[in-house]
Amino acid sequence: MRIGGATLAVLIALAVAAPWLGTVDPSLFDAASRDLTPGKAGEITTLEGETLRHTFVMGSDSFGRDIYSRVLYGTRVSLAVGLASALVALAFGVVLGLVAGYVRWLDGPLMRVMDGIMAIPAILIAIAVVALWRGSLSTVIVAIAIPEIPRVTRLVRSLVLSIREEPYVEAAVALGTPTWKIMFGHILPNTVAPLLVQGTYICAFSILVEAILSFLGVGLPPDIPTWGNIMAEGRVQFVAYPHNVFFPGIFLALTVLAVNILGDGLRDTLDPKMAKRV
Amino acid sequence: MAGDAATAEQIERIRAGLGLDKPLVVQFGIWLGKVATGDLGESFYYRIKVTALIGQRLEPTLALASLTILLAVVVSVPLGVIAAWRFGGWLDRFLMGFSVLGFSVPVFVLAYLLIWLVSLKLEWLPVQGYMRLSEGFVPFLRHLILPALTLSVIYIALIARVTRASVLEALGEDYIRTARAKGLSESRVLVRHALANAAVPIATVIGIGVAILIGGVVVTESVYAIPGLGRLTVDAVLARDFPTVQGLILFFSVLYVGINLLIDLSYIVLDPRIRY
Repeated sequence: MRIGGATLAVLIALAVAAPWLGTVDPSLFDAASRDLTPGKAGEITTLEGETLRHTFVMGSDSFGRDIYSRVLYGTRVSLAVGLASALVALAFGVVLGLVAGYVRWLDGPLMRVMDGIMAIPAILIAIAVVALWRGSLSTVIVAIAIPEIPRVTRLVRSLVLSIREEPYVEAAVALGTPTWKIMFGHILPNTVAPLLVQGTYICAFSILVEAILSFLGVGLPPDIPTWGNIMAEGRVQFVAYPHNVFFPGIFLALTVLAVNILGDGLRDTLDPKMAKRV
Repeated sequence: MAGDAATAEQIERIRAGLGLDKPLVVQFGIWLGKVATGDLGESFYYRIKVTALIGQRLEPTLALASLTILLAVVVSVPLGVIAAWRFGGWLDRFLMGFSVLGFSVPVFVLAYLLIWLVSLKLEWLPVQGYMRLSEGFVPFLRHLILPALTLSVIYIALIARVTRASVLEALGEDYIRTARAKGLSESRVLVRHALANAAVPIATVIGIGVAILIGGVVVTESVYAIPGLGRLTVDAVLARDFPTVQGLILFFSVLYVGINLLIDLSYIVLDPRIRY
């Protein structure tokens, strides 16, 4: 868990400090610096028309943009999309799960709708949603979150079903506590630990799906530097310049790995029963 | 569809022709009615029936998916069993590390890594493309090995992990001690007693994994330029060819649910105690 957390902390630091780490504006390009291999020096023209000397640590793409700058700025987008999607999925899933688990007559209809969503593979839902609304940051976040909502709902519902039988909930009911207060004040706090673990996994998956969507050309608009977009741009010339695909790929794999390890660690700490084998 | 210089009247005519002037619920009703009779409509882009289009593109996807599942099961089940048998040993630790890695490395990064290594550096296999089975079995397989290998990694990670966990659980049971005590060979204990009792969760996870597989097919076919259903999905979305997108999502979902139903039914064979 420490390794995962530390890697993630470094990545967050890189994302925040991107402007001060020798990067240039990720959208700047220069026709004279196209397709440079990593480590080569070249020049780049700023928006004011000034020409700067710049070393392309990770090379440049077919427009002459600096891969290193794009990858670092891409970290911001990837982490933000991952976190935002996880939060959206958790928010909807928690409310729906609480309702399904506590308001019995809504359980059946609600869970059948959730089963319906779960029957469609996650990436297909995301692709379909983006196809309907066109890729923008909020669309992509919602598109990634929707297929995760049923999973969170099911988890919360199952937790609620066991927690509602606890004596302290019975006591609250006997004291005439309003239903919404029992749901959010007494039951919800006891679901936090498993939700935290689940949220971490959703975060990792969301980062992956965002990259896949962008890579396929159905995600964020190509001018936004995301790892998926950089790779989508680089794939055409992959045979000659593999670095355009590999550098963002390494960052992506490392990030997802770090978040997954963090999730495993959280699970082992928060839920010792599950930790023993799987 | 009407072009850039369409008049309002032309647009109206196309809308009416496609039934877009009717209320949404009615449109959905019409679509459902047609689906019930096996009509998924006509593709906006290819101008042929969606069902025919799916039929044309089915072979590459089925070939890729079958080879992937075959490869994954052949590799991951023995690996999981041995890891559970030597619990805590080097293979066990390697497998657990590999499975975390397998879940984290994105399919397309892995795809490019393999293309770069196997096709560009070692020049063993073709970089991209697809050969139909009718063009010869060897070229067909040569084009399919790399995509299937790419796609099977996450599947292997998933199945091996579950196999290990459920075999490990079975190995702790009393009947394993009995089997060993009556002098059965270790391999017979592992396969006939431990694995046989661990089969239901393994079958379940193979079924659930089909969802990952379908997502993976979309990506893998794009990277390896395989003209299958996954590639068609991406092309249809980019062309905003909605009847095709609808048809494909329906097709994939039915496939997913259908496979899981078959797996549920297979429990009867895998575990005779289960009755429906």
